[in-house]
Amino acid sequence: MRNFILALAAATALVMPAKAADVTVAVTAIVEHPALDAVRDGVKEALVEAGYKEGEGLKFLYESAQGNPGTAAQIARQFIGEDPTVIVPISTPSAQAVVSATRDISVVFTAVSDPVGAQLVKDMDKPGGNVTGISDMSPVADHVALIKEITPDAKSIGFVYNTAEANSVSTLAALKEEATKAGLQVIESVATKSAEVQGATRALVGRADVIYIPTDNTIVSAFEAAVGVAEEAKLPLYAGDTDSVQRGALAALGFNYFDVGKQTGEVVVRVLKGEAPGDIPVKVAAGTDLVINKKAAEKMGVTFSEAVLSRASRVVE
Amino acid sequence: MLSQIAFWGAVELGLVFAFVAIGVFLTFRVLDFPDLTVDGSFPLGAAVAAVLITGGFNPWLAAAIAMVAGALAGLVTAFLNVRFRILNLLASILTMIALFSVNLRVMGKPNVALINADTMLSPFFGLGMREVYVRPLFVGVLVVIAVVLVWRFLESDAGLAMRATGANARMARAQGVDTRRQVYLGLALSNALVALGGALFAQTNGFADVTSGVGTIVVGLAAVIIGETLFGARGILLALIGCIVGSILYRIAIQLALSTDALGLKASDLNLVTAVLVAVALILPQLRRGGARS
Repeated sequence: MRNFILALAAATALVMPAKAADVTVAVTAIVEHPALDAVRDGVKEALVEAGYKEGEGLKFLYESAQGNPGTAAQIARQFIGEDPTVIVPISTPSAQAVVSATRDISVVFTAVSDPVGAQLVKDMDKPGGNVTGISDMSPVADHVALIKEITPDAKSIGFVYNTAEANSVSTLAALKEEATKAGLQVIESVATKSAEVQGATRALVGRADVIYIPTDNTIVSAFEAAVGVAEEAKLPLYAGDTDSVQRGALAALGFNYFDVGKQTGEVVVRVLKGEAPGDIPVKVAAGTDLVINKKAAEKMGVTFSEAVLSRASRVVE
Repeated sequence: MLSQIAFWGAVELGLVFAFVAIGVFLTFRVLDFPDLTVDGSFPLGAAVAAVLITGGFNPWLAAAIAMVAGALAGLVTAFLNVRFRILNLLASILTMIALFSVNLRVMGKPNVALINADTMLSPFFGLGMREVYVRPLFVGVLVVIAVVLVWRFLESDAGLAMRATGANARMARAQGVDTRRQVYLGLALSNALVALGGALFAQTNGFADVTSGVGTIVVGLAAVIIGETLFGARGILLALIGCIVGSILYRIAIQLALSTDALGLKASDLNLVTAVLVAVALILPQLRRGGARS
């Protein structure tokens, strides 16, 4: 016991401020996952483009909470203790942990669908205080329009999601609203872990005319399982993120998360140059790429119109 | 290595999870009932407190109701086990997975924010002390109160009956102890404490999230075992203090793991580094005692 306490004392005795670089940008995400990692890389890219290079005046920190909100709270304290110039939390729980723990350090959150509901800011246009950021609310109305354009005979949309993910629940609410306007019905199917994705997708066969998979971490991590079922049942499968098209979705209109990261990074640069975060309005990430997959379309019995083909920013053969 | 804010943040989180550790101690050690309900009752406490606080309830009352909700969850597990003879581990797993859905129902969504809400801590923030110290101090006082109450209880006749139930149920029954009642009581008490931990987590960190229950049992058990390794089996009070110290050391281990970038470790190595640090904490006292068992 004494040895341990000595070791601990030695470690904590080294309580000292981080060595001052010119600016420090500290990024944290709730979990490591291709889209969230792309956001982080985008932030870094934007910083480089603005002339902030790692080792040359920029210190870039990154920590992932590995899916645990308790760890997210510890990372928040860790960063605040190092007193960086800007903290960039990716995802809702990471952002809440950071925002609730500091009122002084500038925070630029990103990949949060509903920043007002998450109480990160009181007002999108005038955030006030030390916080601003980028929202990634899915352009659901555009998704419904795309589904109607590519599969005009569809009467119902099957929605596979995890009820535990805040982003998916808010997407579902928006989807129901938009689908009703377009005369479509939404049929929900729930998978609470990746092992349940196949079953949840299969439960939609015969009940829904197309399947729509939102930017849900659980479902997207087992995307191939959903694709297998969709191909077998010839059900057109749409995705909420463009990265999933490569993995077998028919089409997606979505964010390129690297771009979302770059837009976030541009806001970070404005803060580094001296603007107050409270004066920078929170924006919904711009730019929606249409990506389509010809092979998947064939398997699901769909042919793309010329209009769709010409509009696509990327076609997976 | 560790800044003041990071160090006190770890202490604060360790104190919050000390409630979990004490709850786990009651079930695993006192009652000999491996109870995984805590993975559900921790976020349940957070959810109930967060929803009530945003609904305008007094935060102290909200925390009290969260404890009642946690106790009810414990009673469900006890009921499945005692009444229907479902294996204790399985009974608690059933309650745990059911609570996942219950928590979503309680909150109506996966995440409820409390960042702008008045919490149990708000009145103490304006008193001149830095928030970094107010939070661990506040939670620490509550932990001390809980430890004293649980200690007095376990030393009382009622508590002795509970300890007897865990030590040798058949013997306890022969002495006229109603062991079924002890299981109900123990699980209710344990999960009420865990739910209080959840309620405090939501209030100190500004949000209740349905995923925050993941691995609660692991954290609680690790704290209990670190405490036991450091203090040995020398009475109830020391065991309870061990729970607190173990919980804080576990969080400091994570905090140290977070600041090891210099060693070429990546963010994704966090859990591994934490496990190694905790293992070292457990092995060192053994080495001092004369080598590991071969």
